[in-house]
Amino acid sequence: MSVLPYVIAAWLFLIGCYGLATSRNLIHAVGCLAVCQSSTYVLLLAIGYRDGGTAPVFSDITPGSRPVVDPVVQALTLTDIVIGATVTALLLSLVIQVAKRHRTVDPDELSELRG
Amino acid sequence: MSMRLRLCVLAVGGLGVAVLFVMACFDLPAFGGLWHPYGDRAVHAALARHTANTVSSVNFDQRAFDTLGEESILFASVVGTVTLLRQTHGEDRLPPEPVRVAPPVRRYALIALPVTLLIGLYVIAHGQLSPGGGFQGGVVVATSLHLLYIAVDYRALERIRPVGMYEVADAAGEAAYLLVGAAALLTGAAFLANFLPYGTFNTLSSGGTVPLLNAAIGVEVACGVVVLLARFLDQAVEIESEGRDDEAEART
Repeated sequence: MSVLPYVIAAWLFLIGCYGLATSRNLIHAVGCLAVCQSSTYVLLLAIGYRDGGTAPVFSDITPGSRPVVDPVVQALTLTDIVIGATVTALLLSLVIQVAKRHRTVDPDELSELRG
Repeated sequence: MSMRLRLCVLAVGGLGVAVLFVMACFDLPAFGGLWHPYGDRAVHAALARHTANTVSSVNFDQRAFDTLGEESILFASVVGTVTLLRQTHGEDRLPPEPVRVAPPVRRYALIALPVTLLIGLYVIAHGQLSPGGGFQGGVVVATSLHLLYIAVDYRALERIRPVGMYEVADAAGEAAYLLVGAAALLTGAAFLANFLPYGTFNTLSSGGTVPLLNAAIGVEVACGVVVLLARFLDQAVEIESEGRDDEAEART
């Protein structure tokens, strides 16, 4: 079934969304966002895959001798991973501040305003 | 919103996304197919510019401007984390007590440290030739320094890690990327265009500006990760907020 990798990407995204919506812990929510984001890696790499393909690196293979997978989506995935990691760091530092100020990491308890 | 209502809304939205996505999947090119127009062109362009690693060529040559944006996101989030995790009023900084490390852990971490550092630098330096590059190698370099924390203790890590210097180097990495891009303007090319000689294919000096931009990214990522981890470790190890509650009560 040739669409299975794409469907897996969709499933990862939706399961991450489910986790985000039902989360009772902000650290857990940040983890769920990372799961959502990992679905984009699967989708990108699945789009770029080529049967029998190898890495698009020509230091040890002669150009044209073997099919290579799509390098553009690999570069996009790299971008995606770097941004995912830094945004996760930023969100986790926000969670630390929330925990310090409100003494809770449950998003449902964070309804009050505090100046 | 109650949990039941929230789950209902989520189910409706999730089902909608799932149906649309699966319908879209059937219109995507088949998995593993041969039709990759952008990929083929990217490979062609990378070979024409003597860059063996096509992914590096895409990142630092063909899409160098996008990588500038990506690097700026990285830089901005490091700045944001540093701002969010600084020591605030009512927080004390206590020096952590040294803890005895099990001898095998100490031994293997100390052996792994120089090896990891070397691998990280190798991956950065050979970004245009073999799989890897500044992003991956930078993370490996930053990881290697933290092996000292595992092998010895936090104070040993702090001795080789003056955070201020790494913050400056992080900014310098970002600046170096911009300066290489601006240097292209001086030669009459477009911003971030590859203006240097392409060199000999499959050698360290190949790829024109690719190795330079790669090195700038390597410095920025390594220093950025060190700074990020330093701030999180500070929170976990050093900063104590015993006095916070009293002070918060005093203010209200």
